[in-house]
Amino acid sequence: MNMNANSVEVRDLDLHFGDVKVLQKLNIDIHEGEFLVLLGSSGCGKSTLLNCIAGLLDVTDGQIFIKGDNVTWAEPSDRGIGMVFQSYALYPQMTVEGNLSFGLKNARVPKAEIEKRVARAADVLQIEPLLKRKPGALSGGQRQRVAIGRALVRDVDVFLFDEPLSNLDAKLRTDLRVELKRLHQQLENTMIYVTHDQVEAMTLADRIAIMKGGKIMQLGTPDEIYNRPQNIYVAGFIGSPAMNMIEGQIQGAEFVADGLSLPLDGYEFIGAAPASQAAVIGIRPEHVLTGDAAASVAAKAEVEVQIVEKLGSDTLVHASLGTHNLRLRMDGLSAVKAGDRITVGFDTSRASLFDASSEARL
Amino acid sequence: MAETMSPPKSRLLDGPRGSKPKSRFSRRNIFLYGTLLLVSVYYLLPLYVMVVTSLKGMPEIRLGNIFAPPVDITFEPWVKAWAEACTGINCDGLSRGFGNSIKILVPSVALSIAIASVNGYALANWKFKGSEVFFTILIIGAFIPYQTMIYPIVIMLREIKLMGSLWGLVLVHTVFGMPILTLLFRNYFTSLPEELFKAARVDGAGFWGIYFRVMLPMSIPIFVVAMILQVTGIWNDFLFGVIYTKPETYPMTVQLNNIVNSVQGVKEYNVNMAATLLTGLVPLIIYFVSGKLFVRGIAAGAVKG
Repeated sequence: MNMNANSVEVRDLDLHFGDVKVLQKLNIDIHEGEFLVLLGSSGCGKSTLLNCIAGLLDVTDGQIFIKGDNVTWAEPSDRGIGMVFQSYALYPQMTVEGNLSFGLKNARVPKAEIEKRVARAADVLQIEPLLKRKPGALSGGQRQRVAIGRALVRDVDVFLFDEPLSNLDAKLRTDLRVELKRLHQQLENTMIYVTHDQVEAMTLADRIAIMKGGKIMQLGTPDEIYNRPQNIYVAGFIGSPAMNMIEGQIQGAEFVADGLSLPLDGYEFIGAAPASQAAVIGIRPEHVLTGDAAASVAAKAEVEVQIVEKLGSDTLVHASLGTHNLRLRMDGLSAVKAGDRITVGFDTSRASLFDASSEARL
Repeated sequence: MAETMSPPKSRLLDGPRGSKPKSRFSRRNIFLYGTLLLVSVYYLLPLYVMVVTSLKGMPEIRLGNIFAPPVDITFEPWVKAWAEACTGINCDGLSRGFGNSIKILVPSVALSIAIASVNGYALANWKFKGSEVFFTILIIGAFIPYQTMIYPIVIMLREIKLMGSLWGLVLVHTVFGMPILTLLFRNYFTSLPEELFKAARVDGAGFWGIYFRVMLPMSIPIFVVAMILQVTGIWNDFLFGVIYTKPETYPMTVQLNNIVNSVQGVKEYNVNMAATLLTGLVPLIIYFVSGKLFVRGIAAGAVKG
């Protein structure tokens, strides 16, 4: 698997619906064999970008390349893509077999070859017993498998998924997610996957592109996105419960906010460390230390517990630190209760600092 | 304590169980079925009079008791209406008009539905520049009174040498069916999931491929609705028939009028009734056969199926 070659390239893509600019000068390179997730809240343009790559929407400006070919004006069927939709979009009057072979018949693939490919896809997805049934007689999970199979038989380079798991119940979604991951490891195709579910994004992706307002806010591995968010939007979007954001000042080697003074010696600045600047510090709930761990760090504060949420695996605590609200994640067996005053510590080497005005990472 | 606080009998273990008994002759039922019965009789009485009159001979009709059932059942008026009644110089009954109507009906229905369904499909799924404007113009067409278009169409048909022929009338019916049928089909195709259309495009099906192999099989109900609308509409048409055809090519409705309204000789009420019933037979059969499908189709078109 050559990770350097680009499978899909999008160059300066613009898409306008009348006056509404849905995509603006968007650039993205997707590597060969990569699992790329487009993540964002609704209306951010992620599905629109996918539809542009598929050729289902005519772009206003810019270019799209797939495997080095300029496919900007090409028909969807000539782009070497397969697509899976949220609503499955199976042809209701055809059997599963008919659904799988429809695209191949349109492409005038010889009959023997069609049978071979349908059999292979059915085997990979374990849907052989369903081949003679109609979509109406299938469960949601089975339907989505058939929809994936329809992309599979086309033997394409690039798979496009438009929120494929959103219509399934929670249990099935988790199962199919693992299956998709396995499928990707087995096929080694390029996959572009649109979702608004950050768990899906984190677990499936080689790289995640977080979108907002038709632009990519950050493109990186799940690790980078989670631990080194490039701006406040990404930092706040990823992670549940959300990252704690505290406004304050960088003064020398310290971050100062009311009632709080945090030494920044462990923090890796992108450029040179600013001597004095208005800034926002972002600390994930699990990086707020308690108990013995809190005692061992220099940056400490006392907080008052206000709400305790027991999740079983861990406990979410909402506390107040001066005028700020602080969310922290504690052990599932923790005995803290509302009204307690506890000492918390901050691991600033794992925090994120943002410029207060440009909202970009420092 | 048990004696003093005993609950009412209806709450005891051997109290009410299962479905609540209903009175068949409750006030609600009498009112409901009474009204329905009254309305049905009101609508069915004329039909009854027509049927019994058409089965009587003229002497019996002259007795004047129109509600009495026939004493002497005769099918003579039906035979006469179908094969012998005279209109103008032709004395071969309604059979000629029936033939003409069939020759007008079949191509008109087939053509208008074929064209309108493709129109609706294109307007719903293949939006082009100006498609909304085109659609609006088409819909406005449905609201223009027929009267304003009668004479221009006479001129147009004369220019293309179709005035007075069956094909001229077929053309008129096809064109006039276009607005409402296109609206019907467009709304139906719009209600089908868009992702299905996208999936078919990714699968490499073109305009006609998607129409015939994906859309058509999903649209049987709406085709049935369109067929019923067109069959009854075109069969019952009188105005266009009388204007754009000539005596040899008159449709059944026009011929019926000519039989019933002929001023010469004795008014043969039994023949008139039989002729009217014969003319109404086709829409009647269509409704009886497809009533269930019709209701289902209307519902399918109205809300997302």
